[in-house]
Amino acid sequence: MRKIRTYADLEGPDRSGLGDQLALQHRRVDRRMKAVRTVLAVASGKGGVGKSFVAATLASALARGGGTAGLLDADLNGPTAPSLLGLPRRSLSVTNDGVVPPVDSAGLRVFSTDLLLEDGEPLRWRGPAAESSVWLGSLEKGAFREFLSDVSWGELDVLVVDLPPGAQRLVELAELVPKRTRVIGVTIPTSASKAAVARSLRAAGDRDLPIAGIVENMSGYACGSCGAVGPLHPGDAGDALARELDLPLLARIPFDAAAAACAERGDMNGLLASRAGQEIAALAERLEREGAP
Amino acid sequence: MKFLCIDCDEQMGFGERQLPGDGTLAAVFRCPACGREVAMLTNPMETQVVSSLGIKIGGRTVPEQPLELVRSSLDGGRDEAFAEPPVDSVTSPETSPVEWAETATRRLEAVPSFVRGMVKRIYTDYAKEHGIHEITPEIMDQARTDLGLEGM
Repeated sequence: MRKIRTYADLEGPDRSGLGDQLALQHRRVDRRMKAVRTVLAVASGKGGVGKSFVAATLASALARGGGTAGLLDADLNGPTAPSLLGLPRRSLSVTNDGVVPPVDSAGLRVFSTDLLLEDGEPLRWRGPAAESSVWLGSLEKGAFREFLSDVSWGELDVLVVDLPPGAQRLVELAELVPKRTRVIGVTIPTSASKAAVARSLRAAGDRDLPIAGIVENMSGYACGSCGAVGPLHPGDAGDALARELDLPLLARIPFDAAAAACAERGDMNGLLASRAGQEIAALAERLEREGAP
Repeated sequence: MKFLCIDCDEQMGFGERQLPGDGTLAAVFRCPACGREVAMLTNPMETQVVSSLGIKIGGRTVPEQPLELVRSSLDGGRDEAFAEPPVDSVTSPETSPVEWAETATRRLEAVPSFVRGMVKRIYTDYAKEHGIHEITPEIMDQARTDLGLEGM
């Protein structure tokens, strides 16, 4: 068999340019994220735990606390941030620096695929549908990367990233912004949620991402009349995760019908005044006090 | 990715890229010693795998536009999602303006509004870079191939 020189044997540059372009993409993210003090990833391994609700409310509370804050809705297929924040749909300005994110009344800078789509329009990508499993993951990672690098976030104390369920986007974030990212794990009290969130947080730990702590959402039901918190879900996932992973339990947020109504109509001021909102505002204060964001 | 001319034991250089518009791609590599050329042909799925990474085989010659991958890959999208500045306001003031032939303008108008502004900027940047004063459909074809703009 004849000896053919290997890739490494060839000293000439890689003229396909693929490696250089991938490196350039990472440098674009680096340049943008240098102006962001902390990226706070709000993660869970499971859908339906109210992660987007926690992320949007927390970002709003941080913006109202005097810092500069942004919210990146990284749930590309189920974006909710603009509606939770009551953001009106306007055209996004494009400048040489990037796409200017909309700003809510509290100064929170927001980006989401929801801003790009018609009401109710699903996210669809062009490409050969029959083989979409081959390229869809790369494309969604690329979209996430562009949301970090090509949105004109400006100087931020904190960029809250609302991650979709599962660990994949968290792993991508660790790859793209390894130095500034901290993670908050959101769970509900059930054992199923605990197992899923533990998996995500271990994936974060495997990539050396610092974990700020656990938030237990839907931690009981807050009575709209007397304010007392009664049982809602069985389990103690927040405490158990904190114990097992040696992390602080940062907040317990009860289900609160008043907060849910405010979220439904995009009334963040009302939401933050609710029982659940006050718990999240206290979480924001704690994170600021501890220097997490 | 590197290409080796086995007869000459020389690394081949990138020659050109062609996008016929059916989702396939041809990338030509040339041996600097003997001049032999080979074309790497990819099927639509393979082309898509590369473009999904946000990269162009053979490299880029014009700057990447903000959210270029998202805007060029999204199927649909809100018509008024982006407010683009006038093209001339975002290019160098010392370069002469680029005119759009009526036929090219009509073709541009057929591009979905979601991505039209970005496409116009890319073609204008390409024309300025190549000293072209009027963009015609032929120039658009040439730019699309040179820049690897599948689907634009």
